[in-house]
Amino acid sequence: MLSMQNVTKTYEMHRQKVVALDDATLEIPEGDFVSLIGPSGSGKSSLLVMLGGMLSPTSGRVMLNDQSMYDLDADGRARMRKANIGFVFQTFNLIPYLSAQENVQVPLYLSGTAAAEQRERAAELLQRVGLGDRLDHKPNELSVGQQQRVALARMLANDPAVILADEPTGNLDPETSEQVIGYFEEFNREGRTIVMVTHSPAAAERAKRVLKLRDGKIIDDRASLQQADAA
Amino acid sequence: MNLQELVWRELFERKSQMITIFVGILLGITTVIAIKNITYYSEMAVAREMDSLGANVLVLPKSVTLEDYYSADMHNETIPEEYALRLTMSSLAGVDNLSPKLCVPVELEGREFTLTGILPKSEFQAKAAWGGAGIFSRPIGCGAIDMGAPAEPEDKKTLVRNRVIDDLEADQTLIGADTAAALGIEEGQSLELMGKQFSVVAVLPETGTVDDSRIFAHLHTVQDMSNREAVVSCIEIVGCCKEISAGLVDNVNKLLPDAKVVTVTQVVATQTKINGMMAQLSMIFVAIIVVIGGAGIANFMFANVYERRHEIGTLMSLGAESNLILRIFLLKALLLGFAGGVGGFVLGTTLAVTLGPRLANVPVLPMPVLALWAIGISVGTTLLASYFPARNAARLDPVTSFKEV
Repeated sequence: MLSMQNVTKTYEMHRQKVVALDDATLEIPEGDFVSLIGPSGSGKSSLLVMLGGMLSPTSGRVMLNDQSMYDLDADGRARMRKANIGFVFQTFNLIPYLSAQENVQVPLYLSGTAAAEQRERAAELLQRVGLGDRLDHKPNELSVGQQQRVALARMLANDPAVILADEPTGNLDPETSEQVIGYFEEFNREGRTIVMVTHSPAAAERAKRVLKLRDGKIIDDRASLQQADAA
Repeated sequence: MNLQELVWRELFERKSQMITIFVGILLGITTVIAIKNITYYSEMAVAREMDSLGANVLVLPKSVTLEDYYSADMHNETIPEEYALRLTMSSLAGVDNLSPKLCVPVELEGREFTLTGILPKSEFQAKAAWGGAGIFSRPIGCGAIDMGAPAEPEDKKTLVRNRVIDDLEADQTLIGADTAAALGIEEGQSLELMGKQFSVVAVLPETGTVDDSRIFAHLHTVQDMSNREAVVSCIEIVGCCKEISAGLVDNVNKLLPDAKVVTVTQVVATQTKINGMMAQLSMIFVAIIVVIGGAGIANFMFANVYERRHEIGTLMSLGAESNLILRIFLLKALLLGFAGGVGGFVLGTTLAVTLGPRLANVPVLPMPVLALWAIGISVGTTLLASYFPARNAARLDPVTSFKEV
């Protein structure tokens, strides 16, 4: 479903070449749940955003459903994201002036859904993440855990086949983190492919597969302990 | 959720920013509208004053020169009086006043004076084929302001200023200042001219021109007394300077090919120059305000894009295409520009109407057409100034929505 072929990403910073990702090759089949771990600056987030079509590689190819993403222009990649990918951010990235329901409606509006249907589906999704009574609350009227759940509902709006999450539990307390990871497991059981960047070893082991990065290189690719135990 | 809602909600989320930029646009447009409104009425006032300089287009017999006209028109050449009617019934634009004249010498108390026959406006107007036809059916007034007040009764002395009077009886006469002084005549007295008795209805104020030594009477009376039937020495035209520049003289020439049509260059040039200067000055003010205002709006929009780059990145990561981001910012600019334009028109007009008479000493009336100006300039400037910031936003890297990459 998702794959990277010899992907390298380099930046020029203060006249020095910085390698964010170094010749990464990766295959993520449909329904997989991959966690990306590694120290800060190891290239985890670069790899994630490249999989999401938001950062073009210096060399190599990134494929989604046999389509080379970076052969498309920026708007073509935006359309591809809209149709296939849902993002979850560490800082939730909710639009501060919109209510919880309206935030969930945004991706539905972008995909051309009619207003009435937008409202209905957004309410349904917020209900699913336990926020059915918070539809009209703005992000600053919600706790961080509730904000992340709104972000999860928004991510689900267009029923994406792929979920890319950038440290989704990074700002949450252990109890809420557990709740969010629980949702990810549920989404994965529904058949969605998940790639999750995390600093939490416990969260990483809840995935099916763990990829470890250091200095832009994938240095380990193994089944998670949970998966190994299950096997 | 839709584009309008997205823009509207963002505007009201950042109320202080919205109010700041709105007030900026409002003040700019208010100034533009107040200047345009006051300038327009000042131009009209100047045009009105310029008209008092006298006729600026003359219709003369082919062989007569401008010098002949200025030396009291004492030549024997004539043109048919019917030319005045032809002018009256034409569709020429920009003729504010028309005065056919016939000059004949008369001797009074052993001194030579010029008896000038003039045709009251009411008479040639009445000769138009039907009501509503001809040049006076659509008077543009060269700066006359219709204040909606009833017209004041005419003072015959306005002949000096307007070159034409509305009514004059066959036995009435108007006397130039020098002639009155030389003959010791006052208003209300009678005067015998070529064996006919006339009552002096007005002694005209001194003008410093050849008019001071004239005696005016009804054209047809003068024609009868001098045995010159249905002819005139000249037709004086007070044309609006803008229309003269736009080809009024050529049009009169085409209408009266057998006459000589000349402009009194100095008068026309002064009128055109003064109005041109005022229009230019107003345009310079408008241009300065538009440029400064535009720079302010662009600055605001760049700051707004910078502040919202995270939000823009999020929208892009959710699948928003660059065109949508561009539209979000341009729609915001359009809303601000429209509101600023409407508000600026209302406030600018109010200021012009209330302060105009005090500052420029001219009556100022609201000009609905300036609403289009206000909205056009406001929306145009706001959109133009916002285009580059909006384009920058549309070209933002969606990766800006991530904390660490």
